[in-house]
Amino acid sequence: MSAPLVAESASLAQTLPAALVIGIAFGFALERAGLGSARKLVGQFYGRDFAVLKVMFSALVVAMLGVFWLGRFGWLDVDALYVPQTFVVPQALGGLMFGAGLVTAGLCPGTACVSAATGRIDGVFVLLGLLGGMVGVGLLLVHFRAFYESTARGAWTLPEWLGLAQGTVVAAVVVLALVAFAVSEWFERRAP
Amino acid sequence: MSTDRAARAARAYSDPYLAGAALGVVLLAAFVWIGRGLGASGAFASTAAGAVAAIAPAQAAASPLFAHYLTAPGPWFEWLSVELLGVMVGAWCSAALAGRVRLTVERATDLTPVSRLALAFGGGVLMAAGAVFARGCTSGQALTGGALLSVGSWLFLGVTFATAFALAPLLRRAWT
Repeated sequence: MSAPLVAESASLAQTLPAALVIGIAFGFALERAGLGSARKLVGQFYGRDFAVLKVMFSALVVAMLGVFWLGRFGWLDVDALYVPQTFVVPQALGGLMFGAGLVTAGLCPGTACVSAATGRIDGVFVLLGLLGGMVGVGLLLVHFRAFYESTARGAWTLPEWLGLAQGTVVAAVVVLALVAFAVSEWFERRAP
Repeated sequence: MSTDRAARAARAYSDPYLAGAALGVVLLAAFVWIGRGLGASGAFASTAAGAVAAIAPAQAAASPLFAHYLTAPGPWFEWLSVELLGVMVGAWCSAALAGRVRLTVERATDLTPVSRLALAFGGGVLMAAGAVFARGCTSGQALTGGALLSVGSWLFLGVTFATAFALAPLLRRAWT
């Protein structure tokens, strides 16, 4: 067996079934976790409910370990996976704006879809804000092109940056996740 | 009456570790099936690109953001848009099965519905700006790029959560 089964660059007609099936499963899992609820989601930032951190790190660790071991056994061509490009300074600024927006809206783009689909009007307004924001920023971006494209590092990974073996970084992320889970549980027990 | 019954029948959410592990399997399935992970903000960027291109084609082509989505097959044939439609269908199915679909404005008791909707819209605008510069959001960068150990994804993940924690005290009234 050699995966990916369909190339990342394949036409939409070829990847359409995957988009729908994966999307449905993605939405189902997010709703089951309760992440379509803005009040539950922001509970993390007030130390009440760390569902976001638990869901995200569990998912990240499972997928990371899956990619690592499937790659090790030669069942998955890891080089064929699309790794998001790194732009150091723009992404740091992006995180600042995104974090401010996240705690204001109480939902991220994916969970806003879940919120809207399950009848929440506030979720619909987050979607409208996202769309309006994309139009506005897209039109203004021509004036910030140099900054937008600055500090480009291409597909750059933690093992490359740190000069460590991939397995070492994978193990470190697992330990980090376990520590984060333990700290979350401790905070939740202390919350009123 | 029917909403009252629905509210009473609504089941509790799943265990976060279990739901998270399931989400991880979905993400891994995406890698194995089509060599890419999950995403969300790109669907909004491509839809915005399509709308602007229909009204002001020259300005759309000049934008470093929109130009990317205007190449073949065009902004209306975006993988992420189809995936997000799936997300909405899947979320509705999950909520319907658990008796959790309810028309409402979710808000703190002290906050008026209009204020909540204004904050939701404003937060959406801010996240759009952030996702443009970050080249993705919590799905495409933090989760997908994080699992692939991308440096930029981990940077985005760290800055996003640190900022949200730092600003949370200022917004306490909106959430409690």
